[in-house]
Amino acid sequence: MVNPVAISLRGLTRRFGDVVAVNSIDLDVLHGEFLSLLGPSGSGKTTVLRMIAGFERPDAGTIELAGTDVTMTAPYARDVNTVFQDYALFPHMTVAENVQYGLRVKKVAKAERVERAQAALASVRLADYEDRKPAQLSGGQRQRVALARALVNRPKVLLLDEPLGALDLKLREQMQVELKEIQREVGITFVFVTHDQDEALTMSDRIVVINEGRIEQIGTPTEVYEHPATAFVAGFVGISNLLDPVTAEQVIGRPGTWSVRPEKIHVHLSGESAPAGHHCLNGTVREVIYVGMSTRFVVDLPAGGSLMAVRQNSEGSTDLGHLRGQSVGLSWDERYEYQVADRI
Amino acid sequence: MSTSRGTKIALSIFAIIVFGFVYIPLSVVLINSFNAGETLSWPPSGLSIKWWQRAIDNEGVREAIVTSVILGLIATAIALVLGTLASLALSRFRFFGQDAISLLIILPIALPGIVTGIALNNVFTSYLGGLTFLTLIIGHATFTIVVIYNNALARLRRTGSSLDDASADLGAGPWTTFRLVTFPLMRSALIAGSVLAFGLSFDEIIVTTFTAGPGITTLPIWIYQNLFRPTQAPIVNVVAAALVLISILPIYVAQKLSSDSERGGGIM
Repeated sequence: MVNPVAISLRGLTRRFGDVVAVNSIDLDVLHGEFLSLLGPSGSGKTTVLRMIAGFERPDAGTIELAGTDVTMTAPYARDVNTVFQDYALFPHMTVAENVQYGLRVKKVAKAERVERAQAALASVRLADYEDRKPAQLSGGQRQRVALARALVNRPKVLLLDEPLGALDLKLREQMQVELKEIQREVGITFVFVTHDQDEALTMSDRIVVINEGRIEQIGTPTEVYEHPATAFVAGFVGISNLLDPVTAEQVIGRPGTWSVRPEKIHVHLSGESAPAGHHCLNGTVREVIYVGMSTRFVVDLPAGGSLMAVRQNSEGSTDLGHLRGQSVGLSWDERYEYQVADRI
Repeated sequence: MSTSRGTKIALSIFAIIVFGFVYIPLSVVLINSFNAGETLSWPPSGLSIKWWQRAIDNEGVREAIVTSVILGLIATAIALVLGTLASLALSRFRFFGQDAISLLIILPIALPGIVTGIALNNVFTSYLGGLTFLTLIIGHATFTIVVIYNNALARLRRTGSSLDDASADLGAGPWTTFRLVTFPLMRSALIAGSVLAFGLSFDEIIVTTFTAGPGITTLPIWIYQNLFRPTQAPIVNVVAAALVLISILPIYVAQKLSSDSERGGGIM
């Protein structure tokens, strides 16, 4: 039977001087899954990726690829390929030479590597660009060449270091969909580093939220979004909406820090009442932000702090600016409130 | 930028004066090499190639040129190997004493040649059995290495190490990475550095004076020895003129290479 674990990290630690960049991380990545490492810059997510690729040596801990310990193995002897943030295409080689590079150094026969490179370029829709130099390509095209150059080697694991970071929004969204499709077609394990929560939520089978070198939470996009395990996750994934212990005690009747997603909170104008089974409280509208599809309300709470509520602009008048400064009621189904730990 | 008419005229005059100071004497040398007179009187009494003929026939000149070319080639070859290795070590690895070593490599070019010359001379004559052609090569290598090192290091810093990582990631060992990625991207910088290093070695006179073994005459030394002999002066003039013409080529090549690499050498 095939070992279902593609990558296994145990107690992985990396220090740079006095700074602990990666602090004793345990993680199993399953075969064929799309796993995102999500965290702010400096959280250690790229260092984890570079250790899996072999560019950084861990100070402690082990890395296994498909059951084999590779902790001390050189990068060129590991069956993983990387798509770099700056693409790292070889500027003196054509697109075709770049894509064939991995096959060339592994002494694959010329006819076969030409054929495989053509197929890889066709799969990223760059079949006609073989003879161009990287300098003659746009950012999105370079990104796809980098992807083809990695995929042509048919690695067991593909590592992607913020590969969409340098692209503009439209192209990024298009590439998100394409990457996900390619991953489904080839069935390779993808480990995707990003600081963009939308990207992680859209593409991943599972998300690993990393902060200050530690794992805050591992879960499916739904779990991470709807059930944030820590205050950090609640704040980093989606919009921070925390109820401090004082307010929580009053409204929910239980101590601790609680979180409710903004779109779960209903805004009641005067006269409306909350449905049964909802927790509710009153507050003063500080800000009304119109964002096209929806309107965001920032509501100050009487005991201090504030909550954000999002209302879809699906019907009626959407100009709600007049509510600024007014008192409104807020309510949410108690199924959508979650207690968060300050730290696991 | 807009400049007033007066400023423009003043700047033009300055430019003409500066260019005049540099290029009029050079032109005089070139024209004088075709002077038919025996004493380089000005204006030339007539045009002739007789001095060129005599310079070519002059054994001292021929030997000096051969000595200088061989010296320049060997000093450049040594510098290519050592300067390239040093630049790779200092740009791709982190180790104790890195900054100090970088400074030590660059220092010889900043030190006055006479200091380097005296120091090398002392060591060679006191401890290493006197001066030879080999000691001259070592003397020249002290400054040619710096030139190659600086050129190579600048290129390596600009290309960064992510291409090396990418190559390793795709399965290439360190030597394959150097052969297929690092070296091809350094090549134009190394050629430009070599042209410059050879040029420096070719016209060096101070370190040469202190490190050349007895009887070894490089071209600059030959010129210096013959400059004040009235009978040889026209031949010196021809040698100088030839050097002006020959120098134009490598400088043109070096400039072309460094401007080409501006377009093609960076990370894509």
